[in-house]
Amino acid sequence: MLDDFLTRAFLAGLAVALATGPLGCFVVWRRMAYFGDATAHAAILGVALALGFQISIFVGTMLIALVMAMVVSVLAGRGWAMDTTLGVLAHSALAFGLVAVSFLPNVRVDLTAYLFGDILAVSRFDLAVIAGGSALVLGLIWWRWSALLTATLSEDLAHASGIDPARERMVLTLALAVVVAVALKIVGALLIAALLIIPAAAARNLASSPEAMGVAAVGIGGVSVWGGLQLSLLQDTPSGPSIVVVAALIFGVSTFGAALLARLRAR
Amino acid sequence: MSLITARGLALQFGGVRVLHDIDFTIERGEIVTIVGPNGSGKTSLLRALLGVVPPTKGKITRAKGLRVGYVPQRLHIDPGLPLPVARFLSLPLRAERAAMEAALARVGVPGVIGQNMATLSGGQFQRVLLARALLGKPDILMLDEPTAGLDQPGVASFYQLIEDVRRETGCAVLSVSHDLHVVMAASDRVICVNGHICCEGAPHVVRAAPEYRALFGFGTGGALALYQHDHDHEHDHAGHNHAEHEHD
Repeated sequence: MLDDFLTRAFLAGLAVALATGPLGCFVVWRRMAYFGDATAHAAILGVALALGFQISIFVGTMLIALVMAMVVSVLAGRGWAMDTTLGVLAHSALAFGLVAVSFLPNVRVDLTAYLFGDILAVSRFDLAVIAGGSALVLGLIWWRWSALLTATLSEDLAHASGIDPARERMVLTLALAVVVAVALKIVGALLIAALLIIPAAAARNLASSPEAMGVAAVGIGGVSVWGGLQLSLLQDTPSGPSIVVVAALIFGVSTFGAALLARLRAR
Repeated sequence: MSLITARGLALQFGGVRVLHDIDFTIERGEIVTIVGPNGSGKTSLLRALLGVVPPTKGKITRAKGLRVGYVPQRLHIDPGLPLPVARFLSLPLRAERAAMEAALARVGVPGVIGQNMATLSGGQFQRVLLARALLGKPDILMLDEPTAGLDQPGVASFYQLIEDVRRETGCAVLSVSHDLHVVMAASDRVICVNGHICCEGAPHVVRAAPEYRALFGFGTGGALALYQHDHDHEHDHAGHNHAEHEHD
């Protein structure tokens, strides 16, 4: 079964959706969208370093994503507005990464694969790494769910309940770095944040509890992967962006549907 | 043993001295109100006692296994987060549905368990926050301007509720307030803060203290005074020995 590249692609996408669904909800709730973007863009720098030092791309991107997340946390509250800090870091990391790649000797890197993903080229080994990483993130969020939710509501409230919000922030930062590393292959650095935010945002229109929203985001992510692969197959479109396009369409339909439903109920 | 004790507490944020030389204790079952003008550091003091901000200097001791019920001043819930009341009450520890319903009934909002937090009115919201704090069977309730945004009768009934809860459960109550004319009467002890502890003692002692008058003038009069008058007789029974708490 795993011999079929399309099956591997779908399974890899589904695995990533399992992690990005609940993590994406926290990104939405905590208004970390730009934070996710900055971490994801830094992945290109990770790719350059990984190729330069001949280490695994997965490890390279994860390390740089982690460093990026730490730098953001340190710089936050140093006088600049958060979105300015993130704007500087996100685009600098991307630019540094692109420049760094061009310095690599004897390597002709096809950057499109890293910028937009290459889900159809997922190998058995890639699939194992992606599944492992996603399972790690899902497990982490499952384990910390209640504490994460409390810390998201209010850090003071968390403190009063004996939860260290800094620790929960760390959990999310770690989860984000792992997700960036595993999702790079699926949708590429430029669209990872889309995979986090769009399914979660679409799920908001359907869900009436945090847990339901997490599950719905996974479902919408899974459907987007499937739909995007079909689109890519039938119309020969790039697969990563196609997945995001399907997710965006679901968001549009669910937003419109929710508004319509609310109007009907109000009558 | 005291529930929370602070000795020589000082707080600095970015080199700016917010609090200094704070000695503070609160005993089991005591109602203590921290009052102070805006920027006096009263909320910072509460947050330090809560353990949110580490003290720059000094030491804070909490009783072992102290259960804190915290009611924040405001709780902003992102519109992207769908949060039913029942789910909120179960954060972070899962509560039984019967216990949740009892807590909601106790704070006077029995029917809201099926609602979403976003649909509650300001008064209902504060009461749900209080219900959540009570579900943890706290030794001490810590309230940061819990009545901000409530109208005058709303404030009165909220503070009445706090008093009733104290009487029933015996938990201590530490609240921060700037509407001191309302809260003062309900307190065993009032601590007037402005960077340091200016004066401290029974409500009528503090009200008469020159340090307090220097900070707040002679009050707002009118409607607030009416309410304060209304409640004065009820709380004089609190037979606390305030001498031991006087600021030295």
